[in-house]
Amino acid sequence: MSETLSETLTFECETGNYHTFCPISCVSWLYQKIEDSFFLVVGTKTCGYFLQNALGVMIFAEPRYAMAELEEGDISAQLNDYKELKRLCVQIKQDRNPSVIVWIGTCTTEIIKMDLEGMAPRLEAEIGIPIVVARANGLDYAFTQGEDTVLAAMAHRCPNQDLSKVSNGDLTLQEQGSKTSNQFPLTTVLNNKIVNKLFNFNTKIETNDVTPYYNHAPLVLFGSLPSTVTTQLNLELKRQGIKVSGWLPSQRYIDLPVLGDGVYVCGVNPFLSRTATTLMRRRKCKLIGAPFPIGPDGTRAWIEKICSVFGITPQGLETRENQIWESLQDYVDLIKGKSVFFMGDNLLEVSLARFLIRCGMIVYEIGIPYMDKRFQAAELALLEQTCNDMNVPLPRIVEKPDNYNQIQRIRELQPDLAITGMAHANPLEARGISTKWSVEFTFAQIHGFTNARDILELVTRPLRRNQSLEGLGWTKLVKSAVS
Amino acid sequence: MKLAYWMYAGPAHIGTLRVASSFKNVHAIMHAPLGDDYFNVMRSMLERERDFTPVTASIVDRHVLARGSQEKVVENITRKDKEERPDLIVLTPTCTSSILQEDLQNFVDRAAIESESDVILADVNHYRVNELQAADRTLEQVVRFYIEKAKKSNSLQLEKTKKPSANIIGIFTLGFHNQHDSRELKRLLNDLGVEINEVIPEGGSVTNLCNLTKAWFNLIPYREVGLMTANYLEKEFNIPYVTTTPMGVVDTAECIHEIADILKQNNYDKNFDEYIEQQTKFVSQAAWFSRSIDCQNLTGKKAVVFGDATHAASMTKILAREMGIRVSCAGTYCKHDSDWFREQVQGFCDEVLITDDHTQVGDMIARIEPSAIFGTQMERHIGKRLDIPCGVISAPVHIQNFPLGYRPFLGYEGTNQIADLVYNSFTLGMEDHLLEIFGGHDTKEVITKSLSTDSTLNWAPDGIAELNKIPGFVRGKIKRNTEKFARENNINEITMEIMYAAKESVGA
Repeated sequence: MSETLSETLTFECETGNYHTFCPISCVSWLYQKIEDSFFLVVGTKTCGYFLQNALGVMIFAEPRYAMAELEEGDISAQLNDYKELKRLCVQIKQDRNPSVIVWIGTCTTEIIKMDLEGMAPRLEAEIGIPIVVARANGLDYAFTQGEDTVLAAMAHRCPNQDLSKVSNGDLTLQEQGSKTSNQFPLTTVLNNKIVNKLFNFNTKIETNDVTPYYNHAPLVLFGSLPSTVTTQLNLELKRQGIKVSGWLPSQRYIDLPVLGDGVYVCGVNPFLSRTATTLMRRRKCKLIGAPFPIGPDGTRAWIEKICSVFGITPQGLETRENQIWESLQDYVDLIKGKSVFFMGDNLLEVSLARFLIRCGMIVYEIGIPYMDKRFQAAELALLEQTCNDMNVPLPRIVEKPDNYNQIQRIRELQPDLAITGMAHANPLEARGISTKWSVEFTFAQIHGFTNARDILELVTRPLRRNQSLEGLGWTKLVKSAVS
Repeated sequence: MKLAYWMYAGPAHIGTLRVASSFKNVHAIMHAPLGDDYFNVMRSMLERERDFTPVTASIVDRHVLARGSQEKVVENITRKDKEERPDLIVLTPTCTSSILQEDLQNFVDRAAIESESDVILADVNHYRVNELQAADRTLEQVVRFYIEKAKKSNSLQLEKTKKPSANIIGIFTLGFHNQHDSRELKRLLNDLGVEINEVIPEGGSVTNLCNLTKAWFNLIPYREVGLMTANYLEKEFNIPYVTTTPMGVVDTAECIHEIADILKQNNYDKNFDEYIEQQTKFVSQAAWFSRSIDCQNLTGKKAVVFGDATHAASMTKILAREMGIRVSCAGTYCKHDSDWFREQVQGFCDEVLITDDHTQVGDMIARIEPSAIFGTQMERHIGKRLDIPCGVISAPVHIQNFPLGYRPFLGYEGTNQIADLVYNSFTLGMEDHLLEIFGGHDTKEVITKSLSTDSTLNWAPDGIAELNKIPGFVRGKIKRNTEKFARENNINEITMEIMYAAKESVGA
């Protein structure tokens, strides 16, 4: 054990032979998030089979996604890609009439070099529905990175506003602002009053709207979260007098936030590095590099960083964090001193490990598909600091892990908990290793102060289950149990 | 390009992986991009496997795209050879490798030199065959490989076993109730005095494949997988095979008769008639059930059957022949086997549907409005939507179709299970009767029953209220007639008055 733990953060890179979901799985949560969208996955039966099985019952609920299944004629270019896609998209328009069609490029479209980006604008003009192209394929990306490719593509579609050139008193600005209502930035108290007067808002809304927001530059958050969680994070920032001008993605495609020079952006998930790059380079936004709001420690650090960028002194954050920790005490007691091993498959690993270390756990290994040290810099710094504060050795971070080797290490280390994909969960359980399916962290609500308990609910579930089954003597259930 | 939401049979590589991972100590290496190893999740979750699924991927990434797999595949094979020491490594192509057109056979040949394991390349083309066809082909390929190998080393067992014996071919992982069927078939053969020679691929060892030839005959319980192997063994070694699926009382008897005939040709003359009679009348409850007054209530009820060729055909025959239920439509998604299917169900159903498009199946069910559906998980969901009960009889399946309890579909115990399934699927007879008398107890609003959304008709609240008073079994018909009347008369909103106007116009 001692040889695998070291004094500084170490980064390793293995073979990349690991199990994860294909990035096209992002359609499952994105089509639910963006209510007026339709996702068309241009790929083969293999992609379809994955979606169908991975998403289980969702398939039967008339989802707003479908496969454009490529047949032999498409591969050998006997059929015209453009005509074929047009036929399908016209059908989708007829049946569903979405505000946007998102084409998800797959491995096959990459290999046969189907020019989706080239075809989209032509077809868009022809059928009158925006077509966004995201290449979420298994050749380049893992699991949650699929969302990253979609959001990066969508960042180009956000309405533009160069804020460096307009001042607060500009009347044309206010008119535009009222059109896009709640996402438009610069809503100072003054502006609110004018807008309210213009539209004869009743007093109730007026009193609600006159929250003391600081007059800060507009802030747009990026990352797809359930609407209840976005509301919670909005409120959390509102307490500090910070107004969230919009989210990428928004609940509806037609409500995408305004971006441009002078807009500050901040990510809520660790796998959004392409989106961050696009926002900075192509949309001239300023990126706030913060740890991610996962766990009360992460949430506090996230808010503090945003405040510091706007020159605001955060109020009551420490008390709020402590309150949350107190409410977590029963769960923290359960996991304190226990060890955990992340096999790695969804890029949330560093943030989760950091939170679990703060809870008193010992992390042996953080497997992760891909590590963007720049985008995750603040998170990595917080991880290092947390380890120092808690006086535990720094875990090794293994990029592109090799599942076979990891299983050997798990056998050696015998962690109290392995956070792993479903391919390994049952076999590990049968060998007496408690596991938690990593995918659940992607679908559960884990952001902000409010949801910290949900993370621990997930993490402690196998431990609580084991407590209730204790004394039955059935921990190792394979015939040739290897220990 | 095809707009697809759902598919019945998976891609080819799934079939290959199912066969490979069913054998003991066989490892499959997929030539595939990251994320294509979803098979491991399915096996681990659906079958609740305790062991690591012996499938890994030789990852195709950007790098491979630019330079070709080169040493990577060979390295992955030799590495797995050292790590796990499998008897056989099956290199499995995917849709991706189908387009890349790398010379995988060359990699296999090179790796075979360095490895102690045998190495083969699964001979399946993603764009030509589906999961089931690929499984059939891979099984034959593996068997052929080891028979040829044994031939070369003169270790092939050509002498038949002393006592009559059989191979059971086609039991494999993620198959619909395959484990239970396997146990039931072993029991059946045991009762007949037939020894089990080999069961493949599930739990079989490739090193034992040279013993296949010792069997007197092969039993192929499912049409989809195993026929190619049986044909090969018949052609090469003259081993006869039985393909009648022993599902249902009549076909189980038929299967036993065929076995008797084969044994007779080998001078082992035994009459199983008494056994069949005993089992039919007293061990299986299905024959008695079909005479009991419970089953009387099912007479003439409409049912729809859909599934793979084996299960859909057998089920159609059981419903029509053994229970007196009217099968309005029987269908299969095994398009490649449609001739056989038509021939099997001819005379047992009103119409036949061959399609792998689930919306066609849904529309057919909505049109027919059967009292019960027997289909796959997809039909179960269609049934839920249309408020029609459904018994699941075939893959594709969910985790609930991997029951822990003993639930065979084949053999005499299978007939009991099927009788229960059928009986529980239809609304219980007396309950149904009472519903008709008292006009139903459901207060759910009927809005639209069909799957397609072409209707622009609106039901007014009083119309819906009136419709709900109509007994369930004719409600759909009344609704349809009313809507037809409304459409013909350009009426958009259906009120109570319109309903009665419609009734008067058709005189129904």
